[in-house]
Amino acid sequence: MNDAPPAHAPPRLVGERVPPRLVGERVPLIDGVEKVSGAAKYTADFTHADALVGRIWRSPYSHADILDVDVSEARALPGVVAVLTGDDCDVPFGILPIAQNEYPLARQRVRYRGDPVAAVAAVDEATAERALSLIRMRVTPLPAYCDPKSARAPGAVPLHENRPGNLERDVHHQFGDVDAGFAAADIIVERSYACAEVTHVQMEPDASLAAYDAERDRITLHTVSQVPYYVHLKVAQCLGMDTSQIRVVKPFIGGGFGHRTETLNFEIIACLLARAARGRVRLKLSREETMITHRGRPRTDVTVKVGVTRDGKITACTCETVQAGGAYGGYGIVTVLYAGSLLNAIYDIPAVRYDGYRIYTNTPPCGAMRGHGSVNVRYAFESLLDEIAREIQTDPIELRRRNLLRAPLRTINDLMVESYGLPACLDYVEQASGWRERRGRLPKGKGLGIACSHYVSGAAKPVHWTGEPHAVVNLKLDFDGGITLLTGAADIGQGSSTILAQIVGDVLGLDLSRLTVVANDSRITPKDNGSYSSRVTFMVGNAALEAAKNLKTLLVAAAARKLEAQPGDIECLGEVYRVRGSQDPGLPFGAVVKEALAESGTITVKGTFMVPRKYQGGSYRGAAVGPSMAYSYAAAVAEVTIDEDSGRVTVDKVWAAHDCGYALNPLSVEGQVQGAVWMGLGQALSEEIRYHDGLPVAANMIDYRVPTIVESPDIEVKIVESVDPNGPFGAKEASEGALASVIPAVANAVYDAIGIRLRETPMTPDRVLAAIERHERAQRRNRPGRAA
Amino acid sequence: MAKAILTLTLNGRPREDAVSHNVLLIDYLREIAHLTGTKMGCDGGECGACTVLVDDRPRLSCITLAHSVAGKRVETIEGGARDGRLSQLQRAFHERLGSQCGYCTPGMIMAAEGLLRRTPKPSTEEIRQGLSGNICRCTGYTKIIEAVRVAAGDAT
Ligand code: FES
Ligand code: FES
Repeated sequence: MNDAPPAHAPPRLVGERVPPRLVGERVPLIDGVEKVSGAAKYTADFTHADALVGRIWRSPYSHADILDVDVSEARALPGVVAVLTGDDCDVPFGILPIAQNEYPLARQRVRYRGDPVAAVAAVDEATAERALSLIRMRVTPLPAYCDPKSARAPGAVPLHENRPGNLERDVHHQFGDVDAGFAAADIIVERSYACAEVTHVQMEPDASLAAYDAERDRITLHTVSQVPYYVHLKVAQCLGMDTSQIRVVKPFIGGGFGHRTETLNFEIIACLLARAARGRVRLKLSREETMITHRGRPRTDVTVKVGVTRDGKITACTCETVQAGGAYGGYGIVTVLYAGSLLNAIYDIPAVRYDGYRIYTNTPPCGAMRGHGSVNVRYAFESLLDEIAREIQTDPIELRRRNLLRAPLRTINDLMVESYGLPACLDYVEQASGWRERRGRLPKGKGLGIACSHYVSGAAKPVHWTGEPHAVVNLKLDFDGGITLLTGAADIGQGSSTILAQIVGDVLGLDLSRLTVVANDSRITPKDNGSYSSRVTFMVGNAALEAAKNLKTLLVAAAARKLEAQPGDIECLGEVYRVRGSQDPGLPFGAVVKEALAESGTITVKGTFMVPRKYQGGSYRGAAVGPSMAYSYAAAVAEVTIDEDSGRVTVDKVWAAHDCGYALNPLSVEGQVQGAVWMGLGQALSEEIRYHDGLPVAANMIDYRVPTIVESPDIEVKIVESVDPNGPFGAKEASEGALASVIPAVANAVYDAIGIRLRETPMTPDRVLAAIERHERAQRRNRPGRAA
Repeated sequence: MAKAILTLTLNGRPREDAVSHNVLLIDYLREIAHLTGTKMGCDGGECGACTVLVDDRPRLSCITLAHSVAGKRVETIEGGARDGRLSQLQRAFHERLGSQCGYCTPGMIMAAEGLLRRTPKPSTEEIRQGLSGNICRCTGYTKIIEAVRVAAGDAT
């Protein structure tokens, strides 16, 4: 922490001896060569001749009481080694300690079409397939509720016994004097918005490889997780095994975006099957099954009300969200809390009231997805700001400027904001998009829209609070002069291993050739809470920074001994240590290592990071969700073209500015921001999970419309550096914050283009045409002197 | 299912294997030839992750029967490197961050390789068309386009 960030590409004097800088440089991924050469091994790439094929039999009903599951024929089929049902595991699980209501295989009740009911392990695909076809389930069907309205209706059967009215959680928060705020407003605007359910579609389908060692009663699990530690805990819990008898390995991961931030049913099923089969089981889910396993962003209805004075100062805000959470708890409580807490910490709003409702529905469980909890509320809020700007005839960028925060500060709901680059983000997108010159002067059907967003850099309270540090990194230095960085932080493609190596190399003045990152093998690497809430760069980065400094202290001491000088006089130039100011050639790194090892043998040092109490939020119920040591900020301008005949919205260009504190790796930051903005575009324009009687009808990559390269505009990224006082070299998160701004930026651009407000996502041609038609009908009715 | 001898050239090397008639090319590559660089991203024909070259043309190996490429030249991502060094496309994808999680990357690079063999200096529009069957969920495509342009010697 508090390390001054180096300027990017500092000028160097000719002949000057300086250690290479890694931090602040455009460093390609440390594991990129494996990825482009095909050498990278993902979970499904571990082929073993002895591996059995695992398959899951899923519920064809949305909601039903199970009378019995008959697996006798499947079990009798030659080549079938194990068949399991809910009878084989009676331990529920769930990511949140307070909401564990899912079984690996359903017991007594199925709650969505696709709920796992039975699982088989067989000698090959064909046999496993055949075994599935022999499984029979008898049920008493129950009424199914696929939307919050029916699930909340009086008399609805609760999905979970202890949740009457299917209310998973309601949140009612009020900060500041809301009534007084509205009384002080000159204008109050209230609108409702509806956001469709969306899902991650990480490119790698789900897969697990579980190996049971019957001789020792141990399990080794390779799996696609972002949170191997939580998987470890839940596997132990559901299998009733001691955690020491389980090993979880995370190989290369083909993206996550939140899909893999909780232990998923198939991971536990793979372990149960391996133990029952007393061997190795490979469980690969199809794309359809992966999309049913889901945990994406819930369908959300948002109503926002904002009061402003005539000169554009926000006086109060209320917000209500209703989320269709799906059949099980998952992260649901966190989602509904984030939606409220992150109304704050972006603008100066003196009073906020939030009412959130998370509803159980008979659809696949929702969970965390990039921008967790904040995205749909941000879309609504930023759309509403655009409406207000029109109402008070103020430029929408100007309106936002009038409501900026002044960091450092503590928000009304106890969030600490210490760095705040939003003003610079606004300045950039305004200028780069030609906002002042071009807005209102574009040809018919074209428009520009602006919006902002923000996100946490790591949840200040982990899911499982143990009192341990938030992050631990180990460094091993041995006789070979190589440094091995051991971390449990899950690199899922976001580049976390690269960032950690850059930090360590930079502190020691070494280039990456001496560094190897070993990530995620519970037998080897220190525990890490995982890749969620954009915590890794900030928290694990800080731990890596401390570890590197600790190692450097040992090396400097060794060099001092050898050079017969005081440690304070030793200058570390990376490959050379010498007495400061001397003309000596100094000691090469290898000699320093030798001296250091002579003292202690193989060196292992540790760095840790803990979020201080004052950043961990207030003491009200739900206060644990939202606090972070630092928030990222983003602004986006979208330029769109609307074809009023087809209703098609084309995004021609996006300018995105993101305040990541300090860009440890500008190449990676750009890539993360582009990815986030683009994912937001998908939600804005085309992505939508749909159900027909609870049957997912878009559980493939054709009907669920992820934008192709043809539909994807150029995304220009500006990195804004506010240099956070607590981030490693000033860095904050770079992967999530920019997503939410682009959805309202597109909606606002659509209004700018055709004067029609779309209050629903995605803005598909059918919705756009319907909005145009509504608008035209209303205009006809209002036309003065119309025929009676 | 009866097996028959499948003869083909895989990454420049002739091969013969006894392969059932119903085996898909992707399963032949991954499970029989043990080349797991080619990825399965969907349930068939939706995502492009499994793209390989057959006689220089991009082909979705997940909806291609192995025996249908008998006698042909099949190239996968593992065949890209020469003398252990990355191909130009591989290098550009690496250095320009055209690959984040890497899961779409083998298919993306093979589709781009096919494109560059047909059109050595593609326009941005031609790159978009040439890669339109390949989904990437990480990059937003901006850096993929840049990487292809760099590999084509069209950008620095
Ligand atoms: S695996 Fe998706 S198209 Fe072949
Ligand atoms: S790099 Fe992850 S899907 Fe393209």
